[in-house]
Parts: sequence; C-alpha cells; structure tokens
Amino acid sequence: MSATITTRPPEVATRPPAPARRTSAARFRAMVTSRVGSAIAIVIAVLWTVPTVGLFVSSLRPEADIRSSGWWHAFTDPSFTLENYARVLGGSTSTNLAVYFQNSLVIAIPATLLPLGLAIMASYAFSVLRWPGRDWVFVGVFALQVVPLQMALVPLLRIFSGTQVADVLPFLSLWVAHTIFALPLAIFLLHNFMAEVPRELIEAAQIDGAGHVTVFLRVVLPLMLPAIASFAIFQFLWVWNDLLVGLTFSGGSRTVQPLTAALAAMAGDRGQEWHLLTAGAFVSMLLPLVVFFALQRYFVRGLLAGSVKG
Amino acid sequence: MSFLLYSKNGQLVLAIVAFAAVVALLLLTARLAERLRGRGRSGVMVLLFGGPALLLLAVGLVYPALRTLWMSFMDARSETFVGWANYAHVFVDPGGVVALRNTLAWVVLTPLCATAIGLVYAVLIDRSRFESAAKSLLFLPMAISFVGAGIIWRFVYEYRGAAQEQTGLLNAVIVWLGGDPVRFLQDSPLNTLFLIAVLVWTEAGFAMVILSAAIKAVPQDVVEAARLDGANAWQLFVRITVPSIRPSLVVVLTTISIATLKIFDITRTMTGAQFDTQVLANEMYDWSFVFGDNGIGSAMAVLIFLLVIPLVVYNVRQMARNRAVRA
Repeated sequence: MSATITTRPPEVATRPPAPARRTSAARFRAMVTSRVGSAIAIVIAVLWTVPTVGLFVSSLRPEADIRSSGWWHAFTDPSFTLENYARVLGGSTSTNLAVYFQNSLVIAIPATLLPLGLAIMASYAFSVLRWPGRDWVFVGVFALQVVPLQMALVPLLRIFSGTQVADVLPFLSLWVAHTIFALPLAIFLLHNFMAEVPRELIEAAQIDGAGHVTVFLRVVLPLMLPAIASFAIFQFLWVWNDLLVGLTFSGGSRTVQPLTAALAAMAGDRGQEWHLLTAGAFVSMLLPLVVFFALQRYFVRGLLAGSVKG
Repeated sequence: MSFLLYSKNGQLVLAIVAFAAVVALLLLTARLAERLRGRGRSGVMVLLFGGPALLLLAVGLVYPALRTLWMSFMDARSETFVGWANYAHVFVDPGGVVALRNTLAWVVLTPLCATAIGLVYAVLIDRSRFESAAKSLLFLPMAISFVGAGIIWRFVYEYRGAAQEQTGLLNAVIVWLGGDPVRFLQDSPLNTLFLIAVLVWTEAGFAMVILSAAIKAVPQDVVEAARLDGANAWQLFVRITVPSIRPSLVVVLTTISIATLKIFDITRTMTGAQFDTQVLANEMYDWSFVFGDNGIGSAMAVLIFLLVIPLVVYNVRQMARNRAVRA
C-alpha cells in the first residue's frame, strides 16, 4: 500500500476535479451551494454569539438604559458604566456576589485536585498492578457512571448532615460529593491513558530495581500529564458550573453556596433587575471563559477522549 | 493555626495540604511495603493505590444509590413500606404527567437539533480559512454554566407589553417585522421548545467538535473519487460523509440524550418550572428538597436511572465497536 502511494505522482492526489467535465450549470450550482453554505454557517455563528454579546453589552450599560431600550441601542447611542459590576462585586450584601465567587473557588480547587489524585492512583492499581478480580472491579467502577447524581443525592447528604465535622469544615461535604461523583469517569479515562503506557518501559524500570512508587512517580506520571491536564480542566469547569450539588449540599447557606446557586436565586428573586443579572452572569462566566480560551487545545482533546459527564 | 480553620482561604489551604499529606502517606507506606516479601506485598499495594477511591465509591455512591432504591418503595419519611405507590404517583399526578411529557420532548428534540446543527456547521466550515475561529464561536457556550446560559436566553426572550419598547432581542425583531410581541416563556406548550433551544445552544458545540474530528478521519481518496465521478456537495454529504461518520453520530446523539435526561438547571433558572415547563430531574429535586417527600423524589431518581441505562449500554457498545473498527 505504502509503495503505491510513493510511486504515485503527488499532483494526482491534490489536483482539483477535472474542469473539462463540468458544465456551466454545474459550476453555477457549485457556486450557489458554496454561497448558501457560507451563509448558513454565518447565520449559525451569529446565532451562537449574539446572545452572549448582548448580555455583555447590557452589563456595561446604566440601569436606566437597560430598562428603557434594547442593548443594541448602545451602538448608536453609547453610554457605558462599570456601576453594575461595582454593585455585584461590592455593594449591599443581598446582591454581593464576590463572596460567592470566593466560595466557588474554595469548592472547585479541592474538588478538582482530590478526584484527580485519587483517580490517578486508582488507575495505577487497575492498569499496572496485577491482582485477582481486577478486571471485574474495574468493570464495576465503569458501570457506576450510569448512576445519575440524583440517585445518590439524598442519602449522601444524610451522611454529612448534623455531624460535628460538617460544622467545623462546612465545605467538606461539597468537596467529598464532587470527588465521589467524579471518580468513576476519572478512573475510567485515566486508566485508558495509563494502559497505553508501553509495558516495556515499566518492566525496564522494574528490572533496574525500581519499586511501584518509583515507577508511578517517575515513569507513569510524567507520561500522563497531558491526559491529567485535560481531565483537570473538565473537572474544574464541571464543578464551577455545577448547580445541583452546590444547591443541595450547601443547604442555602451563604457561607458555602457557590456562585451558580447564588445567581440562580437572584434570577428567581430579582428576575427583572437586568443590570444585576447581566453583570452577575458575566462574573460567573469570566473564569470558565479564560480557562476555555487559554487551554482550548486540552479541552478539545479531553472531549475527544470521551470526558463527557452528565 | 486559627487562620486555617476560621477563614475560607484557610480551609482551602488546609484541604490541599491535608490531601497532599494523605497521598504522601499512602506512597510512603507503599515504599515501606515494597520491602515486604511474598503474597502480602501485592495485596498491600492494591489497597494503598486503589483502596481510597474504591472505599469512597462504595460509601458515597453504591450505598446511597441502593438506599435511594429502597426509599423509593417507602413513604415520605421512609418509615413504612408503600410498594409501587410512589411510582404510580408519578404517572397519575397531573404534574408528573406534564413532567414526563416535557422530558420526552427534551430527550427527543435536543439531541436531534444539536447534532444536526453541529454536523451541518462542521461540514460547512471544514477546511475553510477561519475553521478554528469558527469552531470556537460555536464551542464557547460549552464553557458557560446552564445557569449563565439560562440568564443569557431569558434576556433574549424578554417580553414587554405591546405599548412598551421591547428590550428582548427576539421580541424586538418580531415587532420590527410588524408582529405582536410573544410571551416566549409563559405560553405553554411552546415555551418548552424555547427552553430546549437553550440546551441545543450549549450542546451543539460538543456535537460539532466530535463530528468535525470524525469528518477529518473520512479517507480523502474516497471523497476525491466521488468528486471525480461528478458528485456535488450535497451528494458527497449524504452518500459519503454521513455514512462514514455514522458511529460518531450515534455516540453524539446518545451522549446528549443522557445529559438531557438529567438537566434541571435551565428550567429552574428560566421559568422556575412554572407555566407547564416541569421536567423529571427538576421535579425530583422539588419533591425531595422542597416538599420533603423522599419516597416520590426517590422514585423519580430511580426513573431517571432506568431511562439512562439503555442509552448508556447502547453508547458503550457503539464506542467499543468504533474502537474495534479503528484498531
């Protein structure tokens, strides 16, 4: 097969379709379809962008303007202010989102590191270590992905509620809940990546006298870094954007509630105060958007590897 | 020390340090255990590497799921056995029927629309000059939370009486075209469709990325041969592209269906489940945490679980087949 490719003159493969066989009607149709195609692509792109742009533009307009006219008027009659952001990041306690921004960070960072650390170690147990029943246990962990969050919510909440630990460490239940819900997928994905580490590499290290800890830290871990980065980004965004766990495990308490829960409450109570909602929504989107643009490559790679969680 | 316990940042630092200490301790023990001889050694290794994760899964996922199953056959306070009454309630209660009907609409329409749009877009921008920028545009909503997306779209759907100036984009366009403003989120049953559009908006990017990668994997000589035979763009798309990426299409469709079954954030943020927009996942939340009836809430959780299973099984089999084809 490779021989035929190398002997074939390269221009054959790249030559455009034979023009002589095309009628003028066909050429016209091709032109129209490409025009129509581009038009459809542009319409989709616009539909997918305009709502977010509208929100952002509105968040920068004075309250009175937001009430009286649509955000597109800002282009013909520009008047911008940072007042809305000052309100949601400072201002009175009932509309101050800064504290929830901090909560979200305090929740999301450990809730990314914990499952990641545990899953990397577990996937070592499932891919490099050999023990009886290993494959069956792995299938069991894999199957746990089927269990929707909703199935485990109430009993897991009961385990924590009313305990002394919950009073001293109010975030603990959120960290643990996010960790548990992330583990099945994390173990499955990282195991798949770890299984691709060449066996000879590990055996060579073992012949040189390296124990499992050395093999884990020095051989496997460095090779896993791209996969780890992909999963970390996903998990962080997932926790940051989560509402269900945040809502149930914070029990409506201001001290631990994440940004999403506070924003959802604001949308319920102050549904018409668009100057607060637009700025608040944008504050909540800020970090995900930065992560997204800075690390898009890892994001796409993770997506293609199947890290999609429900 | 008090900083660590009594401030949020302190607790954050404490959590990270404590976790690092646990990992270090596990690895240190493993290093010591390496000196052991005989059978005990590998058992200890498995326990140290896999034990913590497996223990958490058993206590935090397997046990709660079984307990939810048990609670679904008990009364509101999980004290007396009520048989199938909770399940019957879901199918008899008018609210439950509305939720089931809406959930069905969500699960059928969201995957189809999101996949269709993602596919068309992926094909249209394939190999174009602006491909990666164009991808980012469609892909961007994936980084936004459902709560954020809900607020973005509530703003687009904003309605005001005909006498006032419309501040919602859609109604402004409608009025500009000479129509009457529409109450997008209040008028049932169409309001459910407008909520579904929001999920389509966030999921189309996912479909686009997966399908775009699949399209690029279609052998170029097949496409070239078809083109030399005089196939036009449409024929290429229907006869070559779609059949070649069929496995990816199935994975995308089922994955979005699974996510759709569990969605509750959009309904919650945009309509608060009023105006006949209730869905199963949100109703489960309401029964468990608002009305405090763990029996009915649990039955709904089990129902979601049962609906998800066939999709996941199909998805996994399809993925395994894809992998076998590729290998």
